[in-house]
Amino acid sequence: MPPPSSAERHEGTLFWAVGFVLLFVLPVLNVLPAEDSWLHVSDFALNRFGKFLAFAILALGLDLIWGYAGILSLGQGVFFGIGAYCMGMHLMLTIGSQSVYGSALPDFMVWNQVTELPFFWKPFYSFSAAVLAGLLAPACFALIFGFLAFRSRIRGVYFAIITQALALMAWLVFNRNETNLGGTNGLTDFKTLLGFRLSASDTQLALYVMTVLCLGGAYALCRWIIASRAGRVLIAIRDSEQRVRFSGYSPSTYKLFVFVVSALLAGLAGILYVPQVGIITPAQMGVLPSLEMVVWVAVGGRATLVGAIVGAVGVNLGRSILTNSFPELWPFFLGGLFVVVVLLFPDGVMGIAKQVRGKLAEKAVRLPKTSAVEGEQA
Amino acid sequence: MTEHGSIIYLEGITVDYDGFKALNNLNFIVNHRELRVVIGPNGAGKTTLLDVISGKTKPAAGRVIFGKDRDLMGMREYEITQLGIGRKFQAPSIYGNLSVWENLDLSLSRPSKGVFATLRGTSTAAEREEIDRTLETIGLTEQLRKRAGSLSHGQKQWLEIGMVILQDPELLLVDEPVAGMTDEETEQTGRLLQSLAEKHAIIVIEHDMEFVRQIARIVTVLHEGTVICEGTVEKVQADDRVREIYLGRQKVAHV
Repeated sequence: MPPPSSAERHEGTLFWAVGFVLLFVLPVLNVLPAEDSWLHVSDFALNRFGKFLAFAILALGLDLIWGYAGILSLGQGVFFGIGAYCMGMHLMLTIGSQSVYGSALPDFMVWNQVTELPFFWKPFYSFSAAVLAGLLAPACFALIFGFLAFRSRIRGVYFAIITQALALMAWLVFNRNETNLGGTNGLTDFKTLLGFRLSASDTQLALYVMTVLCLGGAYALCRWIIASRAGRVLIAIRDSEQRVRFSGYSPSTYKLFVFVVSALLAGLAGILYVPQVGIITPAQMGVLPSLEMVVWVAVGGRATLVGAIVGAVGVNLGRSILTNSFPELWPFFLGGLFVVVVLLFPDGVMGIAKQVRGKLAEKAVRLPKTSAVEGEQA
Repeated sequence: MTEHGSIIYLEGITVDYDGFKALNNLNFIVNHRELRVVIGPNGAGKTTLLDVISGKTKPAAGRVIFGKDRDLMGMREYEITQLGIGRKFQAPSIYGNLSVWENLDLSLSRPSKGVFATLRGTSTAAEREEIDRTLETIGLTEQLRKRAGSLSHGQKQWLEIGMVILQDPELLLVDEPVAGMTDEETEQTGRLLQSLAEKHAIIVIEHDMEFVRQIARIVTVLHEGTVICEGTVEKVQADDRVREIYLGRQKVAHV
């Protein structure tokens, strides 16, 4: 393997620098300075940032499958939702009889006149079972769905459409009261996690730190995959799937692998999202959120990993600001952003950054040359 | 089971595209270390023949035996590739977003090409040497870090040939290797194929008769999905039916 390029070395430095800021600087600024100091990072801001970073984990997985392997999945929201619901069910059960109706059953079941906890809720009394299910259920679902789709050589637009149908289907199923997952209102009103009060700022800080660590781990995992020969097989699949077959690799196996990894990361994002946001409803896992996830990656820049994180955080930050000031404009802004990026900046923010860097490097090269010529003349 | 020494043995192969028989009860044998050229007018079934051998097209009838007794029917393309059949496509088929070196590294024959082996695998010193040697053979040593998509057409063709060589196949399928090449590149390609034929069996599809004369020992003529003539270049050119197919068409064209 030829030695790493300078861009790759830069990325290593950047990784630790950003990690340091996220993991130490922001929490310290949250805890130490007085609340009215301009340096102070409020609980609200930190919590909101934690949510964005959870989305960034999902975006990494989507970048892996779409940016590198060229498979557009419009159903990532489903995997996110399954992960989130698994965590949500555990949080519902820990409420116990502190709920509004004082019943050991979640409130919505009382409204719906369910008298006994459905069998599939029972394992979620255990925290570790809930986390495990939040990771494995999306992964298994992706494994089965992907196996059928890739084996039949469904790709391109067709794959995008059936994953979108999947998102619609999941939305419909989770909306039904008969599914016993809270219907349209979803799962909410959580109280504690592992005995810690979710409303306490210490708990939220710990969740934030956990999210940063998971994001770091997810980034390292994706980077490792991309740097390996398997990562190059993924790019090769995007370039020429037929040639990959005639190089002796089974493209469908590789696609399945990367689809499952992306589902796993989406599930992890869901698990981290729920305790920080305090609610999960079908509206967060349907067709629209799944599309929005694609926009994050497109805006950040496909096939760069860093771009996925930048896009997820950037677009959501923009959304937060804009929905505060101009709530009715946000959808137009998001749509416009997507159109502009696709038409004018197909490589997203990272592409623009690269161009700027290239221009600067060009200038830097030109300058010493002219001085050398002057030196000769003298 | 098959004739002594054959590397590929096709018997009674029929490929039916909605009533159009691209191959019609075709019998075809190539021996070890043979360089065989297949010619024929457009639509004679030349590329379909390679599709059948490499598993891309499933024939409606017949059987394909690789080596001594390996039945290829029902096997997937990547499995057939792993067995030792390499294919060079007509239009250069390479990985444009990977470097020349990475293109070759991916193609290299390895014991396992599964996901988990590939995730952990690193290139051994022997493998690097092999890639270096191939880079020299195909004359792309200086371009090893270049993005393959930025190579010239001729260089892409050579890169793909290099990729197929590194698969170390027992049988190479080569579809119109010199299409779009300059005279000099064509001659180099001819020499390369001849040197490869010392170790591998090769089936070449070609239109360029001058090139055929340069490399061919035995020529097979396909027409309407069946073999109509087989032999040396001289024998084939003297054959009445072959002349009829080629000249007859020209007459029609002149009318």
